[in-house]
Amino acid sequence: MSSVPASTVVRRGSTVSLLLLVVFIAMWEWGFQFLGVPSFIVPPASAVIKEGIRMWQVNHLLLHTGVTAGEVVAGFIIGSLLGAAIGYLLGMSATAEFALSPYILALQIAPKVAFAPLFILWMGFTVYPKILVAVLIVFFPVLVNVLTAIRSIDFDLVNLARSFKATRAQIFWNIEFPSSMPQLFAGLRIGATLAVVGVTVGELVGGNLGLGYLLVIGQGQADTPMVFVSILMLTLIGGIAYLGVVLLEGRVLHYARGRNRPPGQQA
Amino acid sequence: MYRLEYRHVTMDFPASKGAGTVAAIADVNFSIADGEVVSLIGPSGCGKSTLLNIGSGLYPPTKGQTFVDGERVEGPSAHVAFMLQKDLLLPWRTIRENVMFGVQIQRHSRAECRRRADSLLTNFHLDEFANRYPNELSGGMRQRVALARTLAVDPTVLLLDEPFSAIDAQTRIVLQRDLALTLKRAGKTALLITHDLLEAVTLADRVLVMSRRPGRIIDEIKIEIPDREDPIKRRRHPSVEAYVQRLMNRLGIGHDA
Repeated sequence: MSSVPASTVVRRGSTVSLLLLVVFIAMWEWGFQFLGVPSFIVPPASAVIKEGIRMWQVNHLLLHTGVTAGEVVAGFIIGSLLGAAIGYLLGMSATAEFALSPYILALQIAPKVAFAPLFILWMGFTVYPKILVAVLIVFFPVLVNVLTAIRSIDFDLVNLARSFKATRAQIFWNIEFPSSMPQLFAGLRIGATLAVVGVTVGELVGGNLGLGYLLVIGQGQADTPMVFVSILMLTLIGGIAYLGVVLLEGRVLHYARGRNRPPGQQA
Repeated sequence: MYRLEYRHVTMDFPASKGAGTVAAIADVNFSIADGEVVSLIGPSGCGKSTLLNIGSGLYPPTKGQTFVDGERVEGPSAHVAFMLQKDLLLPWRTIRENVMFGVQIQRHSRAECRRRADSLLTNFHLDEFANRYPNELSGGMRQRVALARTLAVDPTVLLLDEPFSAIDAQTRIVLQRDLALTLKRAGKTALLITHDLLEAVTLADRVLVMSRRPGRIIDEIKIEIPDREDPIKRRRHPSVEAYVQRLMNRLGIGHDA
């Protein structure tokens, strides 16, 4: 254990992080040129920024980013609601879990992105197949985390509620649901990043909207800066989605903030 | 009328290996009068906690019956509240909300829940922590909150399963005094499971001794020391040593080679 106070860690860490960013961008801009890597393989940072501005004006970059972001949000919300709901239901019934676990496992093993062509065959070149891939890919980590949380609840807590004559619903809302929050949020964090993967694959497979579509265009025209811009925007969407989950988690799990304090020591 | 009564209570559990059952407790009979505090001691794994779970109505016994206030126990009862070694505080609730937990489950009005919680928090000198969260409190204070939560539902019978065994020795003495005083003032009936023989003697009117598994009651010792509400004063009483010695003999401590 280091004895450096937390505020010092944050200050020093931020400085180092910023420095690394500067070094990274400098390497990107001049490093590859210096090593003789042609700019159609790795375009320098300035070329990518220029391309971004051009795409904004000519290729409706904002529209495509907006469509992808919308699909990510829709897929993430629907997928996590479904995953959480089914996780809680299975958590309530050991029989249901036992009966359904082989199918859940099979679906979990199946690579979800492989369903993208199928969904496009079913639903055409609309936003729906992309959302559906995201739903499917977000569903499992959320479901598995919720199920694990419900399975690992301290049964003495349930007995405590039972001793006060709690109903099944009271036990769920007062003990099981709040107990599962840390693990639910761990699942949501994974889901937020996976939703971007699902949507991108869906867009790569078919359609004429979204950043995945721009990736396909960029590849077809051998326009490396365009591919780079699309990747950057996708990363940005994933980052914002992840940050959203982290902020929400901070609000919901506020009571756990002091948990690193040694036990017995008062605030 | 007895507050708590066990009649021919037997509990079998399925054996861990193979078929058949293992008897955890066998034909346990005892009763506790109104306002009486009874300690229960016995070797580890003799079924003390099982007895408590049966009394609180969480698990039905294989054979026999338990009665609370003359009524047969057929499930959790509003007259009984239990407290374990673990404080079982809910980390997402403030201290006040934790004390209110049982009362809320029993669907009392919000104002009533709050009134009861606040008066208990004052009694236990926890007012200033009402809006804190459990992870901000020390182990001893958390256990005090657990006791407040147990009392908030105003039970007639308290079932206490080694409530202070995870607390440091000095805090334990203070908590024992608080518990004894509270039980006396409120006239509560209590069954206290403990490993601490001194605690068993200083807190109770009577001590029950259980045998090894399958547990049965093998002795009953009446504690003839005054001032049950003040275990610190009782500790200094000259006859305490003899009681503890007798309990040690009964449990075979110091005799088995």
